[in-house]
Amino acid sequence: MPEGFLQLVWLVPLLPALSALVMLLLGSRLPKAVISWLCCGTVFGSFLVSAGAFLELLRLPAEERVFEISLFTWIPALPLQLNSGAAGVFEVAWGYLVDPLSAVMILVVTGVGFLIHVYSVGYMAHEGGYYRYFGYLNLFMFMMLTLVLANNFLLLFVGWEGVGLCSYLLIGFWFRKKSAADAGKKAFIVNRVGDAGFLLGIFLLATTFGTLSFAGVNTALAGGQFGVGDAAIVAICGLLFLGACGKSAQIPLYVWLPDAMEGPTPVSALIHAATMVTAGVYMVARANGLYQLAPSILAVVALVGAVTAIFAASMGMVQNDIKRVLAYSTISQLGYMFLACGMGAFAVGVFHLSTHAYFKALLFLGSGAVIHALSGEQDIRKMGGLWAKLPVTAKTFAVGALAIAGIPPLAGFFSKDEILWRTFANDVGHGAPLPFILWGVATLTAVMTAFYMFRLVFLTFFGNSRMEPEVEHHVHEAPRSMTVPLMILAGLSVVGGWVGIPALLGQPLGIPNAFEHFLEPVFKAPPTVTLAAIEHSHLAEGLLMLLSIVLAAFGIWVAYRFYVEKPEIPEGLARNYRGLHTLVYNKYYVDELYDRVFVEGPVLGKGMGRALGRFDSSVVDGIGVDGSAWLTRFTSKVSIWWDTWIVDGAVNLLAAIVWTLNLPARSLQSGLVQRYAFWMAGGVALFLLYFVQRNWHLLLGSQ
Amino acid sequence: MVPTWHYLMLAAALFTIGVIGVLTRRNFIIILMSLELILNAVNINLVAFSRQLGDVSGQVFAIFIITVAAAEAAVGLGILIALFRNHETVNADEVDLLKG
Repeated sequence: MPEGFLQLVWLVPLLPALSALVMLLLGSRLPKAVISWLCCGTVFGSFLVSAGAFLELLRLPAEERVFEISLFTWIPALPLQLNSGAAGVFEVAWGYLVDPLSAVMILVVTGVGFLIHVYSVGYMAHEGGYYRYFGYLNLFMFMMLTLVLANNFLLLFVGWEGVGLCSYLLIGFWFRKKSAADAGKKAFIVNRVGDAGFLLGIFLLATTFGTLSFAGVNTALAGGQFGVGDAAIVAICGLLFLGACGKSAQIPLYVWLPDAMEGPTPVSALIHAATMVTAGVYMVARANGLYQLAPSILAVVALVGAVTAIFAASMGMVQNDIKRVLAYSTISQLGYMFLACGMGAFAVGVFHLSTHAYFKALLFLGSGAVIHALSGEQDIRKMGGLWAKLPVTAKTFAVGALAIAGIPPLAGFFSKDEILWRTFANDVGHGAPLPFILWGVATLTAVMTAFYMFRLVFLTFFGNSRMEPEVEHHVHEAPRSMTVPLMILAGLSVVGGWVGIPALLGQPLGIPNAFEHFLEPVFKAPPTVTLAAIEHSHLAEGLLMLLSIVLAAFGIWVAYRFYVEKPEIPEGLARNYRGLHTLVYNKYYVDELYDRVFVEGPVLGKGMGRALGRFDSSVVDGIGVDGSAWLTRFTSKVSIWWDTWIVDGAVNLLAAIVWTLNLPARSLQSGLVQRYAFWMAGGVALFLLYFVQRNWHLLLGSQ
Repeated sequence: MVPTWHYLMLAAALFTIGVIGVLTRRNFIIILMSLELILNAVNINLVAFSRQLGDVSGQVFAIFIITVAAAEAAVGLGILIALFRNHETVNADEVDLLKG
């Protein structure tokens, strides 16, 4: 039984949750210094525990590197009818699972998360709602860590929705700005589409396997009762991938991510580049046992990934907003990760996820430092010549750009080149032309990546200044709380790839591919999957590696030629291919298309809304609600009539009879003393009269 | 000498006037005055029979009744003042709290 940090792993999500609670309940009364220390401190605490747990996991033998802790039963046992007809029991525990995959994830999330928290202290220093920002950010950390530590699909879904909520709250952080509020809503609504698929996939998982825990599903798969291409598994994988498409911004659900750049830049770095958007990749990697049984869906994953990669890269090449370029770059890199997963190279996908987290967080934070220095300017056409003025930002940004472009020995080279090679090698055995097409697309994307990243670098930091004089006057390097995280992330972007050096380069030097080796136990194929034994040629791998380096360098050279040497070339190109440029510049009009079809459309958009509205007002409200109201009123009227005339009537009738009968007695008792005296005197007079009449003879006799 | 039955007729007339006054008038002061008439009618009877029978105890009774009447008038007026303070009226018709 593991001891120490692994036993404490529940602290990893709990610490940020506690400070989020403090922030959102009491934050407005705390001074900024307390908020900064508390929020960064709890995330740092999570990072320490994660690092400790990771090291302890490393010390264990490879096959024992699984630690599961069940905190409490979340959903108590319920009877469940399985699809196979057997009776099952549905029970969900709130449990955490630490295995190589989730250990890597918590390390990346808490590590990058901590650096971005520290950076935020400087970036958000002059903003209102400081406590709200950090409260949401810590809540996000809690949800993201719940997501990656969950030991079952339902708890993963809780984290999944939680990070979606935090994403919504933070995109709309400046909610008084209409575009920010709209972008938040757009992100939330687009994600709903994917999440609906994810939820259906979870339902299908529950009724197919009778359990939602990863261990339970893997045990069932290892039992060999599900063959390759099993219909239920294919359906589950397809639905789960729809969820992944929403969260990780893949075609057709990528449209929310560029708009999400309305949020504060550290948020874009943490949520919309380094961690949350990679949740889809993590989920697919986590469900690798299922995906390996559904090669058709794997092909779809690979295809969607590759198409998204090149599609987003093409849009990134012409955008002028520094953050939007990075957003399209993120979509493109996520496409690479899905391509890797789709080619069965889940470990490589996760490897690219971690290196991407370093250099994309670095690039976003660098762009944030530029925007900060330029008083909020985001248009790269109004930048230029910043290399000397922002030395730290410029150098670290250049490191990030080199890393993402795939220049050895920086992090991006190893992960991206491995994806290209695994696509070409086609271990998973996709049909003949597909891998080569995908490889071609991915390689072309690599050139485009190098081009648009260095377009950004050259336009921002080189050439002549195109800044407004007023803005130029205020340019200043960022405070230390911002530059130190930049430098650490730049360091990680350089060395982050060295843990996954491919065998071709590593073997001669005696360096193993530690990363892939570490993750191997998680991505063991179910016994029913037979992998084709393909002979890989070292020569081909070496040539392809050389080619990708040359192409990356070519992309950078083109960018240099276009934007430093001869700025008239891109202008001329844009003029000569006006139609194409307009199409790409306007993001292929996909937003407009979605708007036309799903928002304004007669069938799926407003038309359906109106029809549903009419149905609601005429049938649901008209017949259902109004009808039942009418019925209630009618029966209550009958009831009132019965009550008034029969129930009350009987009582009133009795009272009237008594009233009539006692009329004489009542008139006697008037309360008037004189009337009483009259009756008394009258009575006495009557007695007297009677007495006199009886004794008349006595009176007469006395006379 | 005036015969006794003249006195008795006078007393009967006074008594009748007094009773009618008590029963018909609405002002408490008049009612109290009518009561005095009734008492004095009795006094006349007592004094008349005392003279006829030659016994002075009838006249002693008349003196007693005059004394009691004075006390009764004082009590009656006291009640009247208390009534006026509480109800601002001396009208017997407006005082009907005795009814159930």
